[in-house]
Amino acid sequence: MLAIVGTVPDLNVPLLDAPVRLEGDDLLVGKHVIAPDRGTPALMMVAALAARHLGLPLPHAFLIGDEGLGAGSRELYGHLVEVLPQREYSTMVFHYLQPDVDWHNKILLTIRDMDRKPCLIADAGFMYAAKMSGQSQAYDLFTPDAGELAFLADETAPHPFYTRGFILHDENKVPDLISRAYANCNAASSLLVKGATDCIADATGILATVSEPCEEAMEAIGGTGDTVTGMVSVLIESGIPVPEASFMAARANRLAGSRAGLTPGSQISRLAPHIPGALSEAMAEVEEQRADS
Amino acid sequence: MRFFSFSKRKQAGCKAFPRADRGLLVFENTSEVIQAEKALKNEGRDIKVMGPPPEIQKGCDMVVEFPLMEELDIIRDLDRAGVSPISVVPVTGPLLEPVNLFQTKDFGEYVMVRAANMKLTVEKESQTIVNISGGGCPDVPFLAVHLIGKTLKDAPRPRDLGHTLCGYALDLAFEEMKTRCLP
Repeated sequence: MLAIVGTVPDLNVPLLDAPVRLEGDDLLVGKHVIAPDRGTPALMMVAALAARHLGLPLPHAFLIGDEGLGAGSRELYGHLVEVLPQREYSTMVFHYLQPDVDWHNKILLTIRDMDRKPCLIADAGFMYAAKMSGQSQAYDLFTPDAGELAFLADETAPHPFYTRGFILHDENKVPDLISRAYANCNAASSLLVKGATDCIADATGILATVSEPCEEAMEAIGGTGDTVTGMVSVLIESGIPVPEASFMAARANRLAGSRAGLTPGSQISRLAPHIPGALSEAMAEVEEQRADS
Repeated sequence: MRFFSFSKRKQAGCKAFPRADRGLLVFENTSEVIQAEKALKNEGRDIKVMGPPPEIQKGCDMVVEFPLMEELDIIRDLDRAGVSPISVVPVTGPLLEPVNLFQTKDFGEYVMVRAANMKLTVEKESQTIVNISGGGCPDVPFLAVHLIGKTLKDAPRPRDLGHTLCGYALDLAFEEMKTRCLP
Protein backbone atom coordinates (compact mmCIF):
# COMPACT_ATOMS: atom_id res chain seq x y z
CA MET A 1 0.00 0.00 0.00
CA LEU A 2 1.01 3.60 -0.66
CA ALA A 3 1.34 5.90 2.37
CA ILE A 4 1.38 9.69 2.03
CA VAL A 5 2.94 11.81 4.77
CA GLY A 6 2.41 15.57 4.94
CA THR A 7 0.72 18.59 6.46
CA VAL A 8 -2.26 20.81 5.86
CA PRO A 9 -2.26 24.53 6.76
CA ASP A 10 -5.10 24.25 9.26
CA LEU A 11 -4.34 23.86 12.95
CA ASN A 12 -7.80 22.38 13.49
CA VAL A 13 -6.70 19.24 11.67
CA PRO A 14 -5.43 16.82 14.34
CA LEU A 15 -2.94 14.06 13.72
CA LEU A 16 -4.67 11.76 11.24
CA ASP A 17 -3.47 8.21 10.61
CA ALA A 18 -6.21 6.90 8.36
CA PRO A 19 -7.10 5.77 4.86
CA VAL A 20 -7.86 8.34 2.18
CA ARG A 21 -11.40 8.19 0.85
CA LEU A 22 -13.25 9.81 -2.03
CA GLU A 23 -16.93 10.66 -1.58
CA GLY A 24 -18.31 12.42 -4.61
CA ASP A 25 -15.98 15.36 -5.17
CA ASP A 26 -14.79 15.33 -1.55
CA LEU A 27 -11.44 14.11 -0.26
CA LEU A 28 -11.61 12.60 3.20
CA VAL A 29 -8.97 11.38 5.59
CA GLY A 30 -10.75 9.38 8.25
CA LYS A 31 -13.82 11.49 8.96
CA HIS A 32 -12.19 14.80 8.04
CA VAL A 33 -13.01 16.50 4.76
CA ILE A 34 -9.77 18.00 3.42
CA ALA A 35 -9.77 20.76 0.79
CA PRO A 36 -7.49 19.51 -2.01
CA ASP A 37 -6.51 22.97 -3.21
CA ARG A 38 -2.73 22.76 -2.94
CA GLY A 39 0.18 21.06 -1.17
CA THR A 40 -0.20 17.61 0.34
CA PRO A 41 -4.02 17.52 -0.02
CA ALA A 42 -3.62 18.15 -3.79
CA LEU A 43 -1.14 15.28 -3.94
CA MET A 44 -3.55 13.06 -1.97
CA MET A 45 -6.51 13.90 -4.18
CA VAL A 46 -4.66 13.05 -7.37
CA ALA A 47 -3.13 9.93 -5.85
CA ALA A 48 -6.60 8.78 -4.77
CA LEU A 49 -8.07 9.45 -8.23
CA ALA A 50 -5.18 7.66 -9.91
CA ALA A 51 -5.34 4.68 -7.54
CA ARG A 52 -9.08 4.30 -8.06
CA HIS A 53 -8.60 4.54 -11.81
CA LEU A 54 -5.94 1.81 -11.76
CA GLY A 55 -7.95 -0.42 -9.43
CA LEU A 56 -5.51 -0.08 -6.55
CA PRO A 57 -6.37 0.44 -2.88
CA LEU A 58 -6.63 4.13 -2.03
CA PRO A 59 -3.56 5.46 -0.18
CA HIS A 60 -3.10 5.67 3.56
CA ALA A 61 -2.60 9.18 4.95
CA PHE A 62 -0.46 10.52 7.77
CA LEU A 63 -1.62 14.13 7.94
CA ILE A 64 -1.56 16.94 10.50
CA GLY A 65 -2.20 20.68 10.71
CA ASP A 66 0.95 22.83 10.54
CA GLU A 67 1.11 26.49 9.54
CA GLY A 68 4.89 26.61 9.42
CA LEU A 69 6.05 26.69 13.04
CA GLY A 70 6.75 22.99 12.81
CA ALA A 71 4.88 21.75 15.89
CA GLY A 72 2.51 19.65 13.79
CA SER A 73 5.34 18.20 11.72
CA ARG A 74 7.26 17.22 14.86
CA GLU A 75 4.19 15.55 16.36
CA LEU A 76 3.74 13.62 13.13
CA TYR A 77 7.43 12.63 13.05
CA GLY A 78 7.12 11.32 16.62
CA HIS A 79 4.03 9.33 15.69
CA LEU A 80 5.74 7.78 12.67
CA VAL A 81 8.71 6.66 14.75
CA GLU A 82 6.27 4.94 17.08
CA VAL A 83 3.99 3.23 14.57
CA LEU A 84 6.05 2.50 11.46
CA PRO A 85 7.83 -0.59 12.83
CA GLN A 86 4.41 -2.29 13.08
CA ARG A 87 3.24 -1.19 9.64
CA GLU A 88 3.84 -2.43 6.13
CA TYR A 89 3.86 -0.04 3.19
CA SER A 90 5.31 -0.79 -0.20
CA THR A 91 5.64 2.88 -1.17
CA MET A 92 5.93 5.98 1.02
CA VAL A 93 5.89 9.58 -0.16
CA PHE A 94 7.01 12.37 2.17
CA HIS A 95 5.85 15.86 1.26
CA TYR A 96 5.12 19.25 2.90
CA LEU A 97 6.82 18.81 6.24
CA GLN A 98 8.98 21.14 8.30
CA PRO A 99 12.59 20.34 7.32
CA ASP A 100 14.29 19.02 10.45
CA VAL A 101 17.45 16.98 10.07
CA ASP A 102 17.24 15.25 13.46
CA TRP A 103 13.70 14.06 12.88
CA HIS A 104 14.49 13.13 9.30
CA ASN A 105 17.28 10.85 10.49
CA LYS A 106 15.06 9.25 13.13
CA ILE A 107 12.41 8.54 10.49
CA LEU A 108 14.97 7.01 8.17
CA LEU A 109 16.36 4.79 10.93
CA THR A 110 12.82 3.68 11.76
CA ILE A 111 12.13 2.83 8.14
CA ARG A 112 15.29 0.76 8.00
CA ASP A 113 13.86 -1.31 10.85
CA MET A 114 10.65 -2.08 8.95
CA ASP A 115 10.35 -5.70 7.81
CA ARG A 116 10.23 -4.62 4.20
CA LYS A 117 11.76 -1.31 3.20
CA PRO A 118 9.26 0.70 1.18
CA CYS A 119 10.11 2.50 -2.03
CA LEU A 120 10.85 6.02 -0.75
CA ILE A 121 9.79 9.21 -2.53
CA ALA A 122 10.53 12.67 -1.17
CA ASP A 123 9.36 16.05 -2.36
CA ALA A 124 9.05 19.53 -0.84
CA GLY A 125 10.25 20.07 2.75
CA PHE A 126 11.15 16.48 3.43
CA MET A 127 13.34 16.41 0.33
CA TYR A 128 15.14 19.47 1.71
CA ALA A 129 15.77 17.66 4.99
CA ALA A 130 16.91 14.53 3.15
CA LYS A 131 19.49 16.51 1.16
CA MET A 132 20.64 18.48 4.18
CA SER A 133 21.14 15.28 6.17
CA GLY A 134 23.41 13.86 3.46
CA GLN A 135 21.12 10.83 3.10
CA SER A 136 19.63 11.51 -0.33
CA GLN A 137 20.87 8.18 -1.61
CA ALA A 138 18.49 6.36 0.71
CA TYR A 139 15.62 7.53 -1.51
CA ASP A 140 14.29 6.03 -4.71
CA LEU A 141 12.90 9.26 -6.17
CA PHE A 142 13.08 13.00 -5.63
CA THR A 143 10.68 15.22 -7.58
CA PRO A 144 12.26 18.71 -7.53
CA ASP A 145 11.31 21.62 -9.74
CA ALA A 146 14.10 23.40 -11.57
CA GLY A 147 14.78 25.78 -8.66
CA GLU A 148 14.96 22.89 -6.20
CA LEU A 149 17.29 21.03 -8.54
CA ALA A 150 19.69 23.96 -8.25
CA PHE A 151 19.48 23.55 -4.47
CA LEU A 152 20.27 19.82 -4.76
CA ALA A 153 23.20 20.73 -7.00
CA ASP A 154 24.61 23.29 -4.55
CA GLU A 155 26.50 21.19 -2.04
CA THR A 156 26.66 24.08 0.46
CA ALA A 157 23.00 25.09 0.50
CA PRO A 158 20.92 23.74 3.41
CA HIS A 159 17.71 25.14 1.84
CA PRO A 160 16.79 26.52 -1.62
CA PHE A 161 16.83 29.98 -0.02
CA TYR A 162 20.62 29.80 0.11
CA THR A 163 21.28 28.44 -3.37
CA ARG A 164 24.26 30.36 -4.71
CA GLY A 165 23.64 32.70 -7.61
CA PHE A 166 26.01 31.03 -10.03
CA ILE A 167 24.12 27.77 -9.64
CA LEU A 168 20.62 29.14 -9.38
CA HIS A 169 17.97 27.97 -11.74
CA ASP A 170 18.62 28.22 -15.44
CA GLU A 171 16.71 25.63 -17.44
CA ASN A 172 19.60 25.37 -19.90
CA LYS A 173 21.80 24.12 -17.11
CA VAL A 174 19.52 21.26 -16.02
CA PRO A 175 21.79 18.45 -17.32
CA ASP A 176 24.79 20.01 -15.55
CA LEU A 177 22.85 20.51 -12.33
CA ILE A 178 21.70 16.88 -12.40
CA SER A 179 25.32 15.73 -12.82
CA ARG A 180 26.44 18.01 -10.02
CA ALA A 181 23.70 16.76 -7.66
CA TYR A 182 24.74 13.16 -8.28
CA ALA A 183 28.45 13.95 -8.06
CA ASN A 184 27.89 15.32 -4.55
CA CYS A 185 25.58 12.44 -3.55
CA ASN A 186 22.68 14.86 -3.15
CA ALA A 187 20.17 13.08 -5.36
CA ALA A 188 17.90 10.07 -4.97
CA SER A 189 18.36 7.00 -7.18
CA SER A 190 16.07 8.70 -9.71
CA LEU A 191 15.06 12.31 -10.27
CA LEU A 192 11.94 13.67 -11.88
CA VAL A 193 12.79 17.32 -12.52
CA LYS A 194 9.67 19.37 -13.19
CA GLY A 195 10.11 22.34 -15.50
CA ALA A 196 9.47 23.76 -18.96
CA THR A 197 10.92 20.43 -20.04
CA ASP A 198 10.50 17.65 -17.49
CA CYS A 199 13.60 15.49 -17.13
CA ILE A 200 13.81 11.96 -15.82
CA ALA A 201 17.33 11.16 -14.72
CA ASP A 202 19.52 8.87 -12.70
CA ALA A 203 23.23 8.81 -11.89
CA THR A 204 24.05 8.09 -15.52
CA GLY A 205 22.33 11.26 -16.73
CA ILE A 206 19.05 12.17 -18.39
CA LEU A 207 17.01 9.12 -19.39
CA ALA A 208 13.99 10.84 -20.87
CA THR A 209 12.44 14.26 -21.35
CA VAL A 210 8.84 15.39 -21.62
CA SER A 211 7.99 18.77 -23.10
CA GLU A 212 4.66 18.23 -24.80
CA PRO A 213 2.01 19.34 -24.67
CA CYS A 214 3.62 22.66 -23.78
CA GLU A 215 1.54 24.16 -20.98
CA GLU A 216 3.47 27.21 -19.84
CA ALA A 217 0.77 28.33 -17.44
CA MET A 218 1.28 25.27 -15.26
CA GLU A 219 4.53 26.63 -13.88
CA ALA A 220 2.63 29.46 -12.23
CA ILE A 221 -0.16 27.33 -10.76
CA GLY A 222 0.33 26.17 -7.21
CA GLY A 223 -0.05 22.41 -6.89
CA THR A 224 0.89 21.29 -10.41
CA GLY A 225 4.08 19.73 -9.05
CA ASP A 226 2.11 18.04 -6.29
CA THR A 227 -0.15 16.40 -8.84
CA VAL A 228 2.86 14.92 -10.66
CA THR A 229 4.21 13.56 -7.39
CA GLY A 230 0.80 12.08 -6.56
CA MET A 231 0.58 10.29 -9.90
CA VAL A 232 4.13 8.97 -9.93
CA SER A 233 3.66 7.59 -6.40
CA VAL A 234 0.64 5.57 -7.50
CA LEU A 235 2.32 4.36 -10.69
CA ILE A 236 5.32 3.16 -8.69
CA GLU A 237 2.98 1.49 -6.22
CA SER A 238 1.39 -0.32 -9.16
CA GLY A 239 4.75 -1.94 -9.91
CA ILE A 240 5.99 0.24 -12.76
CA PRO A 241 9.75 0.96 -12.57
CA VAL A 242 10.55 4.42 -11.19
CA PRO A 243 11.92 6.06 -14.37
CA GLU A 244 9.04 4.82 -16.50
CA ALA A 245 6.48 5.82 -13.88
CA SER A 246 8.08 9.27 -13.76
CA PHE A 247 7.77 9.63 -17.52
CA MET A 248 4.12 8.60 -17.48
CA ALA A 249 3.26 10.98 -14.63
CA ALA A 250 5.00 13.94 -16.26
CA ARG A 251 3.27 13.29 -19.55
CA ALA A 252 -0.15 12.70 -17.93
CA ASN A 253 0.12 15.93 -15.96
CA ARG A 254 0.70 17.89 -19.14
CA LEU A 255 -2.15 16.14 -20.93
CA ALA A 256 -4.48 16.90 -18.02
CA GLY A 257 -3.33 20.52 -18.03
CA SER A 258 -3.93 20.80 -21.74
CA ARG A 259 -7.45 19.39 -21.44
CA ALA A 260 -8.26 21.67 -18.51
CA GLY A 261 -7.46 24.80 -20.55
CA LEU A 262 -5.41 26.42 -17.81
CA THR A 263 -4.27 30.03 -17.46
CA PRO A 264 -1.70 31.28 -14.92
CA GLY A 265 -4.69 32.34 -12.81
CA SER A 266 -6.29 28.86 -12.69
CA GLN A 267 -6.44 26.82 -9.49
CA ILE A 268 -5.36 23.20 -9.27
CA SER A 269 -8.91 21.90 -8.76
CA ARG A 270 -9.47 22.34 -12.52
CA LEU A 271 -6.88 19.66 -13.23
CA ALA A 272 -8.29 16.84 -11.12
CA PRO A 273 -11.23 15.74 -13.34
CA HIS A 274 -8.82 15.22 -16.25
CA ILE A 275 -6.35 13.03 -14.37
CA PRO A 276 -7.84 9.55 -15.06
CA GLY A 277 -8.15 10.10 -18.81
CA ALA A 278 -4.71 11.67 -19.08
CA LEU A 279 -3.18 8.84 -17.11
CA SER A 280 -4.72 6.22 -19.39
CA GLU A 281 -3.43 8.03 -22.47
CA ALA A 282 0.11 8.42 -21.10
CA MET A 283 0.24 4.76 -20.06
CA ALA A 284 -1.04 3.63 -23.47
CA GLU A 285 1.62 5.72 -25.22
CA VAL A 286 4.37 4.06 -23.25
CA GLU A 287 2.91 0.61 -23.93
CA GLU A 288 2.80 1.46 -27.61
CA GLN A 289 6.42 2.63 -27.62
CA ARG A 290 7.44 -0.50 -25.76
CA ALA A 291 5.66 -2.70 -28.32
CA ASP A 292 7.35 -0.81 -31.17
CA SER A 293 10.85 -1.11 -29.77
CA MET B 1 9.41 14.84 -26.53
CA ARG B 2 12.22 12.37 -26.20
CA PHE B 3 11.44 9.07 -24.55
CA PHE B 4 14.14 7.05 -22.89
CA SER B 5 16.88 7.76 -25.35
CA PHE B 6 19.28 6.47 -22.72
CA SER B 7 21.80 9.13 -23.59
CA LYS B 8 24.50 8.51 -21.02
CA ARG B 9 26.16 11.42 -19.39
CA LYS B 10 29.39 10.99 -17.53
CA GLN B 11 29.09 11.75 -13.89
CA ALA B 12 31.37 13.49 -12.92
CA GLY B 13 32.16 29.02 -4.15
CA CYS B 14 32.41 31.96 -3.68
CA LYS B 15 33.59 31.96 -0.09
CA ALA B 16 33.25 35.15 1.83
CA PHE B 17 35.92 35.84 4.41
CA PRO B 18 34.65 35.73 7.96
CA ARG B 19 34.58 38.99 9.80
CA ALA B 20 35.90 38.77 13.36
CA ASP B 21 33.86 41.77 14.44
CA ARG B 22 30.54 40.13 13.66
CA GLY B 23 28.37 37.88 15.78
CA LEU B 24 25.36 35.67 15.17
CA LEU B 25 22.04 35.72 16.95
CA VAL B 26 20.51 32.25 16.92
CA PHE B 27 16.76 31.93 17.47
CA GLU B 28 14.34 29.11 18.15
CA ASN B 29 12.69 29.35 14.75
CA THR B 30 12.57 31.37 11.52
CA SER B 31 9.51 33.26 12.68
CA GLU B 32 11.53 34.73 15.58
CA VAL B 33 14.36 35.63 13.19
CA ILE B 34 11.90 37.60 11.09
CA GLN B 35 10.58 39.41 14.20
CA ALA B 36 14.11 40.18 15.38
CA GLU B 37 15.15 41.48 11.98
CA LYS B 38 12.14 43.78 11.88
CA ALA B 39 12.78 45.09 15.42
CA LEU B 40 16.49 45.67 14.85
CA LYS B 41 16.02 47.33 11.46
CA ASN B 42 13.44 49.64 13.02
CA GLU B 43 16.17 50.64 15.50
CA GLY B 44 18.52 51.36 12.60
CA ARG B 45 20.93 48.52 13.45
CA ASP B 46 23.44 47.30 10.88
CA ILE B 47 22.29 43.69 10.73
CA LYS B 48 21.77 41.07 8.04
CA VAL B 49 19.78 37.86 7.86
CA MET B 50 22.11 35.07 6.79
CA GLY B 51 22.36 31.30 6.61
CA PRO B 52 23.81 29.60 9.66
CA PRO B 53 27.23 27.95 9.59
CA PRO B 54 27.06 24.14 9.16
CA GLU B 55 27.73 23.39 12.83
CA ILE B 56 24.46 25.00 13.90
CA GLN B 57 22.28 24.08 10.92
CA LYS B 58 19.29 22.08 11.99
CA GLY B 59 16.44 22.62 9.58
CA CYS B 60 14.66 25.63 8.22
CA ASP B 61 17.29 28.03 9.56
CA MET B 62 18.29 31.68 9.45
CA VAL B 63 20.49 33.69 11.81
CA VAL B 64 20.98 37.41 12.30
CA GLU B 65 24.50 38.71 11.74
CA PHE B 66 25.31 41.79 13.83
CA PRO B 67 28.28 43.95 14.94
CA LEU B 68 29.67 42.21 18.02
CA MET B 69 30.52 45.51 19.67
CA GLU B 70 26.82 46.36 19.81
CA GLU B 71 25.81 43.10 21.46
CA LEU B 72 24.47 44.55 24.68
CA ASP B 73 22.42 47.23 23.00
CA ILE B 74 21.06 44.77 20.51
CA ILE B 75 20.06 42.28 23.20
CA ARG B 76 18.30 45.14 24.97
CA ASP B 77 16.44 46.06 21.75
CA LEU B 78 15.37 42.46 21.35
CA ASP B 79 14.20 42.19 24.97
CA ARG B 80 12.04 45.24 24.40
CA ALA B 81 10.61 43.64 21.26
CA GLY B 82 9.87 40.44 23.22
CA VAL B 83 12.07 38.16 21.15
CA SER B 84 15.25 36.75 22.65
CA PRO B 85 17.93 34.68 20.95
CA ILE B 86 18.68 31.21 22.29
CA SER B 87 22.40 31.86 21.80
CA VAL B 88 24.89 34.44 20.59
CA VAL B 89 28.03 33.19 18.84
CA PRO B 90 30.91 34.90 17.05
CA VAL B 91 31.24 34.50 13.31
CA THR B 92 34.04 32.01 12.75
CA GLY B 93 33.52 31.02 9.14
CA PRO B 94 31.87 32.05 5.90
CA LEU B 95 28.11 32.43 6.07
CA LEU B 96 25.59 31.58 3.41
CA GLU B 97 24.04 34.53 1.58
CA PRO B 98 20.29 34.47 1.04
CA VAL B 99 19.19 34.35 -2.55
CA ASN B 100 19.23 37.76 -4.22
CA LEU B 101 18.42 36.87 -7.81
CA PHE B 102 14.95 37.10 -9.27
CA GLN B 103 13.56 35.62 -12.44
CA THR B 104 10.54 37.12 -14.14
CA LYS B 105 8.28 35.41 -16.66
CA ASP B 106 5.75 37.37 -18.70
CA PHE B 107 2.58 35.43 -19.59
CA GLY B 108 0.86 38.36 -21.31
CA GLU B 109 -2.02 39.12 -18.97
CA TYR B 110 -0.03 37.72 -16.06
CA VAL B 111 3.48 38.08 -14.73
CA MET B 112 5.38 35.67 -12.46
CA VAL B 113 8.36 36.46 -10.25
CA ARG B 114 10.53 33.70 -8.81
CA ALA B 115 12.84 34.06 -5.81
CA ALA B 116 14.74 30.85 -5.01
CA ASN B 117 12.09 28.13 -4.92
CA MET B 118 9.06 30.44 -4.59
CA LYS B 119 6.92 31.82 -7.41
CA LEU B 120 4.29 34.55 -7.19
CA THR B 121 1.95 35.33 -10.10
CA VAL B 122 -0.10 38.48 -10.54
CA GLU B 123 -2.75 39.51 -13.06
CA LYS B 124 -1.29 42.69 -14.50
CA GLU B 125 -4.41 44.76 -14.98
CA SER B 126 -5.96 44.27 -11.54
CA GLN B 127 -2.63 43.63 -9.78
CA THR B 128 -4.32 40.72 -8.05
CA ILE B 129 -2.24 37.81 -6.78
CA VAL B 130 -3.64 34.79 -8.64
CA ASN B 131 -1.18 32.06 -7.75
CA ILE B 132 1.65 31.03 -5.45
CA SER B 133 3.68 27.99 -6.29
CA GLY B 134 6.90 26.24 -5.38
CA GLY B 135 8.30 25.85 -1.90
CA GLY B 136 8.21 22.94 0.47
CA CYS B 137 7.72 24.25 4.00
CA PRO B 138 4.29 23.95 5.63
CA ASP B 139 3.57 27.68 5.66
CA VAL B 140 3.51 27.88 1.84
CA PRO B 141 -0.08 26.59 1.51
CA PHE B 142 -1.00 28.75 4.51
CA LEU B 143 0.42 31.86 2.84
CA ALA B 144 -1.33 30.99 -0.42
CA VAL B 145 -4.69 30.95 1.38
CA HIS B 146 -4.03 34.43 2.77
CA LEU B 147 -2.57 36.08 -0.34
CA ILE B 148 -4.37 34.67 -3.37
CA GLY B 149 -7.22 36.91 -4.48
CA LYS B 150 -5.77 40.03 -2.85
CA THR B 151 -4.18 42.93 -4.69
CA LEU B 152 -0.50 43.69 -4.24
CA LYS B 153 -1.52 46.82 -2.39
CA ASP B 154 -3.87 45.09 0.04
CA ALA B 155 -2.14 41.77 0.58
CA PRO B 156 -0.25 41.20 3.84
CA ARG B 157 3.51 40.83 3.54
CA PRO B 158 4.44 37.13 3.52
CA ARG B 159 7.12 37.82 6.13
CA ASP B 160 4.43 39.03 8.56
CA LEU B 161 2.51 35.74 8.31
CA GLY B 162 5.13 33.18 7.34
CA HIS B 163 7.44 31.23 9.59
CA THR B 164 10.00 29.58 7.34
CA LEU B 165 12.66 30.23 4.73
CA CYS B 166 10.09 29.50 2.02
CA GLY B 167 7.92 32.23 3.53
CA TYR B 168 10.91 34.57 3.57
CA ALA B 169 11.71 33.75 -0.08
CA LEU B 170 8.08 34.44 -0.99
CA ASP B 171 8.41 37.81 0.72
CA LEU B 172 11.37 38.63 -1.52
CA ALA B 173 9.34 37.69 -4.61
CA PHE B 174 6.42 39.75 -3.28
CA GLU B 175 8.58 42.85 -2.77
CA GLU B 176 10.18 42.40 -6.18
CA MET B 177 6.74 42.14 -7.76
CA LYS B 178 5.64 45.34 -6.00
CA THR B 179 8.72 47.14 -7.28
CA ARG B 180 7.88 46.06 -10.81
CA CYS B 181 4.13 46.57 -10.74
CA LEU B 182 3.28 49.37 -8.34
CA PRO B 183 3.91 53.01 -9.21
